[in-house]
Amino acid sequence: MTATDTPPLHTDAVPPAPAAAPRRRRLSERRAKILAFAVLTAPMLIGLGIFRYVAIGWSFLLSFSEARRTIALGDWVGLDNYQQLLSDERFRGSLTMIVLFTALIVPLTFAASLGLAVLVNRVRRGRAFFRTAFLLPAAVSYVAAAMIWKMSLFSGVPSGLANTLGALFGADPTPWIQTQSPPLYWIVLVTLRLWLQVGLYMILFIAGLQSIPRHLYEAAELDGAGPWRTFRSITFPMLRNTSVAILLLMLIAALQAFDEFYTIFSTGASLGSEPVRTPLMHLYGVALQDQDYGVGSAGAFLLTLLIVLVTLLQGRILGFARDKD
Amino acid sequence: MTSTLDAPRTAPRPAGVKRPPRASRLRGTLLGSVLTYLALCLLAAVCLIPFYMLLRNALMTTPEVTSTDWQWLPGALHWENFTGLFDNPERPFGRSLMNSLIIAVVTAPVATLFASMAGYALARIAVPGRAVVLALIVGTLMIPQAVTFLPTFVVVGSMGGVNTMWGLIAPGLFNAFAVVLFRSFYLSFPAEIEEAGRLDGLSHLGVYRRLILPNSTTMIASLGALSFIDAWNSFLWPLMIGQDPNSWTVQIALSSFLTSQTVDLPELFAGTVVAILPLVIMFLVAQRHIVQGIAMSGLKS
Repeated sequence: MTATDTPPLHTDAVPPAPAAAPRRRRLSERRAKILAFAVLTAPMLIGLGIFRYVAIGWSFLLSFSEARRTIALGDWVGLDNYQQLLSDERFRGSLTMIVLFTALIVPLTFAASLGLAVLVNRVRRGRAFFRTAFLLPAAVSYVAAAMIWKMSLFSGVPSGLANTLGALFGADPTPWIQTQSPPLYWIVLVTLRLWLQVGLYMILFIAGLQSIPRHLYEAAELDGAGPWRTFRSITFPMLRNTSVAILLLMLIAALQAFDEFYTIFSTGASLGSEPVRTPLMHLYGVALQDQDYGVGSAGAFLLTLLIVLVTLLQGRILGFARDKD
Repeated sequence: MTSTLDAPRTAPRPAGVKRPPRASRLRGTLLGSVLTYLALCLLAAVCLIPFYMLLRNALMTTPEVTSTDWQWLPGALHWENFTGLFDNPERPFGRSLMNSLIIAVVTAPVATLFASMAGYALARIAVPGRAVVLALIVGTLMIPQAVTFLPTFVVVGSMGGVNTMWGLIAPGLFNAFAVVLFRSFYLSFPAEIEEAGRLDGLSHLGVYRRLILPNSTTMIASLGALSFIDAWNSFLWPLMIGQDPNSWTVQIALSSFLTSQTVDLPELFAGTVVAILPLVIMFLVAQRHIVQGIAMSGLKS
């Protein structure tokens, strides 16, 4: 970012009028500043005001009112909406589901993307190719990936890739998505998200790796430290801040999962009957199918609460780790 | 950053462990790099399998796709799967592609410009109350994005935005996180440029438009690319707002394949190819900007 490509300043500009009274000039200069600030920040403030502040405030009030097929306020019911949701077994099930899913996908993605980053960062030749290969899945939407996973890789018919491979070993065709016990559909969900996200986080880890001073590695090599020892004593501790940031991103993303779950389980089944649902899917059903905006809003705040709790918990655990060293 | 100091201290090998002789170490690194390449090639192949399966299926006939006899490649390339996509009256695929294109092409520059404007003002124009404005903007980041979908739907719905283009686009134009990124970018911007502009009689807005914006192109390209990707791939919001097939985006049209009575498999895969192609091309062409954008936005959080 240099100033060399600056366009030529326009030379025909009116030179600043010689001010009669410097005080007045300072005042008008101040006003000009405020005006410029207002113009530059207005679109963002208005947009966030309407789509965040007003929206969330309204929704918060709706969560305390009876609001079926209406978004009008007034029919206050206290905490009924929250109670109704929390006593709804399917919503509670969706919360359990998403916590399990998060506990599974986050460590896996973390380990896989860190491993890839270390490997890619180690090679000299072909680094760009490997980076592209691993990043390319990030271009694919969850819906598109769900199509490939559901209809081709893990489709229940014998021509699916997983079943074709299984047949090589004499296995019978398996309905991967429909099998609930053992829950084979977890393999489908986890591999999909892993494939789609691993490249993104790999990029972040590579950026972190490249900010580690080289002399540390040289010192370690002089001391005869092997690759594993080097990783444990230098790379991993030096990636601490990167790791904490990445973990946070992964947690938040996993807890809000919707697209691929919806595409795999909901389309085709009538809504509400899908075997696997995330909290967001449940809320989508409540708000869009039942048009119960009160309960839906309550759910949005419960989900926020869950996300905030998990991130606080993560902060606490990792915060303690920091205090120790 | 205490670990900077700690790390070398842990490096000395514990007493009693003898240093491996030089030759075997050399062989070790050679073996190591061969293994590294081998592992990377294998993993890259696994990563590319879904793309291969998708392309293969998109160019096959239905009997070929569903055949239990494995075929590496289609017998003949059936491009008609792609043309067939566009003449199904039940699923306006062409229209939905157009909608997605409009949404992404409008969202990326406008959202990036708004964020840059606010970021610049917050970084460089000192006015009373600036900290409050910054807090108002940063405050929206505390709430997870997907949780705002229902509140936003309530607001947009009440303004008549269901099934409209503006309803699909408007809420995505305000990215508080990009404001934070632009702000820290402009905070480290050399002050000489602005001073020169001011001396030349440019107003604050003039300085921004003529000097700051042209000097933020890499930043704008990176965040604009990410914004384009998000807009193109977004699903939940268009699913709620675009209820009428005419306001579907390409992601919605794609998911509608699974709800239709009879699934034309090759056409489904052809549709998936079309849906991901623009971004795959973008990733291949503008990877530098995308990588930069990802690294920037990921590590700032």
